[in-house]
Amino acid sequence: MNFDSASGLALHPAGREALLAALDDGWADPGRLYSSARRARQLLDGARASVAAVLGARPDEVTFTPNGTTSLYAGIRGLAAGRARVGNRVVHSAIEHSAALHACAEHEAVSVPVSSEGRVDVEAFGAALTGGTALACLIAASHEVGTVQPVPAVADLCAAAEVPLLVDAAMIAGRAPVPTGWSVLTASARKWGGPPGVGVLAVRTGVRYRPPYPEDEHELGTAAGSVALPSVLAAAAALEAAQAESAAEDARLRPLVDRIRTSVAALPDVEVVGDPVGRLPHLVTFSFLYLDGEQLVRALDAEGFEVSSGSSCTSSTLEPSHVLVAMGVLTHGNVRVSLSRDTTADDVDRFLGVLPGVVSRLRTEAGVEAL
Amino acid sequence: MRTIDARGQRCPVPVIELAKALPSMVLGEVVEVLADDPAAAADIPAWCRMRGQAYDGSPSPDTYLVRKLQ
Repeated sequence: MNFDSASGLALHPAGREALLAALDDGWADPGRLYSSARRARQLLDGARASVAAVLGARPDEVTFTPNGTTSLYAGIRGLAAGRARVGNRVVHSAIEHSAALHACAEHEAVSVPVSSEGRVDVEAFGAALTGGTALACLIAASHEVGTVQPVPAVADLCAAAEVPLLVDAAMIAGRAPVPTGWSVLTASARKWGGPPGVGVLAVRTGVRYRPPYPEDEHELGTAAGSVALPSVLAAAAALEAAQAESAAEDARLRPLVDRIRTSVAALPDVEVVGDPVGRLPHLVTFSFLYLDGEQLVRALDAEGFEVSSGSSCTSSTLEPSHVLVAMGVLTHGNVRVSLSRDTTADDVDRFLGVLPGVVSRLRTEAGVEAL
Repeated sequence: MRTIDARGQRCPVPVIELAKALPSMVLGEVVEVLADDPAAAADIPAWCRMRGQAYDGSPSPDTYLVRKLQ
């Protein structure tokens, strides 16, 4: 049972169907003039309109990129280049996706702290928007702890300061309404049940934006080269389907996460982190004192449950999750569970049946059960 | 001041060593934990909060001071 939908979902059935159809019908170059190319152009335009509608953008504001990371890199570089005369400051929350942090680090990056529940400090964010700020960057909801961010309040402050705001909507596109107030919006198809290899970059009309690549005739000049059309068509179909199911999925998954939060919190020496209410419907994170995150991931995998972890021992850099660090919560013994449309209540109950035994066994093996 | 040298040890080992030392400490006693795993900077203060002990800060790199309150 995969409990790591936040890393990437299996292809939504609607996306799978669209992908298979597109392999026959959507392979031609949309830039050419003959019949199959015109058909491809029509399909691409349809996908763009459909994605734009879900994200609250105009079709001509939406471009497709190779992935969410490319969208973040291009969005941050493009806004910074468009505003280079204003300054080089980039204001961001401490819990942005690492791709956003890497792109912000190319500029004079100012990190705004978050509360222990992982919500950005709105007042501090506003205070950081001083003269010379080229852009601000805020993730709509944390991919690591699920806490929903106060995008409308931050967007108002940015508007008042005349600073463009990039909103990273990767975790909410297809799950929850996308907030307005953004100048640039980014998302990733694999997080909503589309295929890997498709990102979205939406740039609001009128925003000063200079593409970070040589401008060509593809994708309105904002993304480099032609798009992977079959994957884009599948991504659009999956997003539309996920959006149509989102209210029902929210109502179904939210209580399951509540059940996990309550059961896990009752175990000894554990910290369940993130906002219990203002959160994503499908994601929960907790840390067990004295346990090694890597051992937990492997032990749960052996029991049939695939989870991720923000502990340092599970990261390629051997650094703990910057999100957990920013919140001031425990980073070792960390488990992130993110449910999907395939998760049933029985799966959650089986997980909650197995988890206490795994934790207790690992603690005994480590000789830490009495500490 | 007592020192726990957990340098070269990966988290959660520094926190485990700290927890093991606690029973033999007297109230108000400060222990210095040396740890170079980057997670220690987050996990030692978090442990203090969860266990009701005082985190007295990091006077130098890879050095953390913890005071027994209970």
